[in-house]
Amino acid sequence: MFPIEKYHYASSVDDAIQALAADEKSKIIAGGTDVLVRLHEGDTEYGCLVDINGLNKLKEIRIDDDGNIYIGSLATCTEIMEHEIIRKHLPMLVESLATIGGPQVRNTATMGGNICNGAVSADSGCAALVHEFDLVIEGREGERMESINGFHTGPGRTILNHSDLLKYFLVRPEQYEGFSGSYIKYAMRGAMDIATIGCGAMLRMDGQYIDTLKLAFAVAAPTPIRCPNAEKAAEKQIPTDETLEAIADAVEEDVKPRTSWRATKEFRLHIIRTLAKRVTKQAVENQGGAC
Amino acid sequence: MQTINIKLTINNKKYEMDVDIRKSLMDLLREMGFTSVKQGCGVGECGACTVLVDDVSVDSCLYLAVWANNKAIRTAEGECKDGRLSPVQEAYVEEGAVQCGFCTPGLIMATTSFLEKNKGKKLSREEVKKGHAGNLCRCTGYQTIINAAITAGKK
Repeated sequence: MFPIEKYHYASSVDDAIQALAADEKSKIIAGGTDVLVRLHEGDTEYGCLVDINGLNKLKEIRIDDDGNIYIGSLATCTEIMEHEIIRKHLPMLVESLATIGGPQVRNTATMGGNICNGAVSADSGCAALVHEFDLVIEGREGERMESINGFHTGPGRTILNHSDLLKYFLVRPEQYEGFSGSYIKYAMRGAMDIATIGCGAMLRMDGQYIDTLKLAFAVAAPTPIRCPNAEKAAEKQIPTDETLEAIADAVEEDVKPRTSWRATKEFRLHIIRTLAKRVTKQAVENQGGAC
Repeated sequence: MQTINIKLTINNKKYEMDVDIRKSLMDLLREMGFTSVKQGCGVGECGACTVLVDDVSVDSCLYLAVWANNKAIRTAEGECKDGRLSPVQEAYVEEGAVQCGFCTPGLIMATTSFLEKNKGKKLSREEVKKGHAGNLCRCTGYQTIINAAITAGKK
């Protein structure tokens, strides 16, 4: 049995926020694929739970007339991956989510959890960064919107306050229209593994030139990151081997990989350079271009 | 002890009970005698505890029992109807996909949900592998399991 001391099944968003505010030890449980693992290991920091699984509105995935896509924080990886709107407009997010765990984990894990737990290795983190997700959050002072840029502040840390609840992600049409993308996860195993490095790109061509490249990495720094230097190196360039090499050189200025039991800093940097080139090339090809 | 009253069906049979909020669905099912649900790793790595919740495969070790409220649960016990094995179970026997058997009930449920989801599609070995990535087997080397999933898909 899990060492749960206190459990509150939230009946509404407001009820969840009140329950969080009432006890500073309380933590949100959504899909549970992280929280229940911690509890299984006996981590008493997670002993006081506010369960948001009854908040069905937070499962919604929809698009409005202006092309804004809303993804509820409680939508599972599988629900997002299989949703027609997401498959059509955000294929790179589908690719990213497909690399998480195995089917059973994806069937319960939520993207809200993947982003809010602050994991450096979050597979949906790169997609969130390159699509510049906005996060609509309900807190004690009401609703507010935060950008994914700057949302992560360190390993396991975000700007969320204790009583905040992420309600949904908002993706604006200018963040996906005309773009093609690619995500590659480098891990020791083909499934059920944590990324050694994750790398995602979104790209828009202007004729034979790269108009815009957006590049993001997971596990390449203390948080998921965008790569302004590498993006600048690609701007208005013809995608040749030289351009790819320039992107790889520039990306070294963007990342701060570290040594862990999974990989050394040097090996990570090697993967980072390789993946930066590979995802850019793939994104160009996905747009019908050639490298 | 904090409990919550839940109503659910398990293998098409209705139940209502007060459940300790600390229990996983795996704990609950095993206590009720559904011992096909195995406790392996307890952290969602091995898939031995796989059951279907409203036809969706989940690791029941990482699923609170109270979440089963108003849901339909399927375990390997329920796949066998009137003494007859399901097509998936039959295929596992035919292909020799069972050795020690510990992972088998979880894999049977993983294959069952995978095939129900991909009904009518011609499936490659690679797709079958991806669809079973959440289940570990330490005996078979997986080839017979992939064969069983493909055979069952043709039934």
